[in-house]
Amino acid sequence: MLRLEPRPQASRLWTYASPLLALVLTVLLGVALFMALGKDPVRGLQMFFWEPVKTGYALGELMVKATPLLVIALGLSVCFRSNVWNIGAEGQFVIGAVCAGGVALLADKDTGRWIVLAVLLAGVLGGMLWAGITALLRDRFNASEILVSLMLVYVADMVLSYLVYGPWKDPAGFNFPQSKTFEAVTQIPRLMSGSRVSVGLLLALVGAGLLWVFLFRTRAGFAQQVGGLAPDAARYAGFSSRKALWVALLTSGGAAGLAGALEVAGPIGQLTPYVPAGYGFAAIIVAFVGRLHPAGMVLSAVLMSMFYIGGELAQSRLGLPKSITGVFQGLLLFCLLACDTLVAYRLRWVASKKGSV
Amino acid sequence: MESYALLIAATLNAGTVLALAALGLLINEKAGVVNLGAEGLMLCAAIAGFACVVHTGNDWLGFAAGMGAGAVLAAIFGVLVIWLGTNQYATGLALSLFGVGFSAFVGIGYVQEKLPERANYAIPGLADIPWVGPALFKQHPLVYVAMLLVLALVWFLYRSRTGLVLRAVGESPASAHALGYPVRRIRLAAVVVGGALCGLAGAYISVSYTPLWVEGMVAGKGWIALALTTFATWRPARVLLGAYLFGGVTMLQFHLQGMGVEVPSQMLTALPYIATIVVLALISRNPAWIRVNMPASLGKPFYPGS
Repeated sequence: MLRLEPRPQASRLWTYASPLLALVLTVLLGVALFMALGKDPVRGLQMFFWEPVKTGYALGELMVKATPLLVIALGLSVCFRSNVWNIGAEGQFVIGAVCAGGVALLADKDTGRWIVLAVLLAGVLGGMLWAGITALLRDRFNASEILVSLMLVYVADMVLSYLVYGPWKDPAGFNFPQSKTFEAVTQIPRLMSGSRVSVGLLLALVGAGLLWVFLFRTRAGFAQQVGGLAPDAARYAGFSSRKALWVALLTSGGAAGLAGALEVAGPIGQLTPYVPAGYGFAAIIVAFVGRLHPAGMVLSAVLMSMFYIGGELAQSRLGLPKSITGVFQGLLLFCLLACDTLVAYRLRWVASKKGSV
Repeated sequence: MESYALLIAATLNAGTVLALAALGLLINEKAGVVNLGAEGLMLCAAIAGFACVVHTGNDWLGFAAGMGAGAVLAAIFGVLVIWLGTNQYATGLALSLFGVGFSAFVGIGYVQEKLPERANYAIPGLADIPWVGPALFKQHPLVYVAMLLVLALVWFLYRSRTGLVLRAVGESPASAHALGYPVRRIRLAAVVVGGALCGLAGAYISVSYTPLWVEGMVAGKGWIALALTTFATWRPARVLLGAYLFGGVTMLQFHLQGMGVEVPSQMLTALPYIATIVVLALISRNPAWIRVNMPASLGKPFYPGS
């Protein structure tokens, strides 16, 4: 029978191969799902892996969705590397969007272009504030950051809902729950005409570079990660676990808030109840599939963006529900976790042995 | 006065959902496994139960379908974390994300469906007692099942030999292994039973509590149930008490709205989540208390022979 045997050392090969194998498995499961639904699997896969890269415009749309995913995932990787389980990035994203939207609504005809910076800053601060609640309760009250950050997602959604149904509702909006459309001056600058890609993409890529430097080239970045790998060693070295907690949560909260600001002042252009699109949760998968490494997360953010676009296309062209995106996202993470077993273990055929439980 | 009786009835009903799920998670955690997938699992069970009732017209088959769905998903989760040694938090999260997507995907055809008329479960005689009757004796049978389940669980965990073994597996798997107990199989059994209970809670939501199917209708109750086990410091009776308390908070929002209190409805909807955060912080404040009560190997994988 097949047995797992611990490897003397973690396999470098499988560290890289496991996400790819996970993707292959997810695709195979996807093919099975399409066939079970009576849809042509080839056409199904086209929606996910060919249509999003077919034309220049499609590539641009791919980047538009990859941007928030990457920005949030970069922040989350700092958390996960320091063993802080912030799973409420979605809430931090929403509050970032709300704060950014609040600033954007202040703009009028005479406002200068500087307002964009203020909008982005408000987003970052909003996200940090929301993540700061989790940090405070973990630090002062020892409350599980997993549950607190997750509960705050629901609260954040209610804050957004209150504002767009109440004080910030557009008086000329036919009673729709949405804010006024932001002034054009608040719009995040676009990189080129004919595409919705904004400077947010550049910010994300610069962020990936900065993260690489922080994690692998600075003492602070090293101290941050030791606490996650070996808490005792970190304590012995005098690295503060409290500081690591705050840095992790404020970084990821700020990043998620920034992503929220980029979204509302970019593609969306107003506050609506549909601002939360699940990017905060999908970014968790992006972070893990990208091995918590900046370069890896760039690739996995693009992959996850394909899942989003593929899901929308599957809805409009194949008549499948859009939620197929969530199914594939969950499957990918499942497969990745299973495949990761091969990093630390190898499979061996051995004669069946009694009592191996 | 009559409205208070109805409030109590509604509180017990809402608390039952949380109690069933939290008791399931308690069994998991007593064996040393945290299942963060509760929310996704409950959603899948909710649609499984709902779909089953739509097609068969029988509530009890619906509950069975929900329990089956919960058990199957929990078994997948269990094999991953117990045999492949994957991270429990990450795997649970994967289950939650998958469950949200999968239930929405499967449930799209059931959004408009209606269930046959809901049965009335008044207990003859007792239900006619003024005030007490409407408050306590017009409940769905599962409300009483949840109460009995607590008694059964207290007996099982603290009075039976199997329960002792289960707790040993959660406290010190190495000792249990040394005594010859199949630690991983016991953990898997606990995970599957816990998953089935979460599934029952999920099906109860879509079949009886709010008899319809809406995407994401579990609305965080799986996460609140997870918080409840900590809140109850891993004691079954306190889980039930906590569940009723949170059920009360959930119902309070409707009551306040009914009384015409001028509060934005969103704030009332957010109330259970805020209450969870506050209570979690207050309970966790004393690290020693948590450490004494928490199963010592909670969340830690166990590899026999290593």
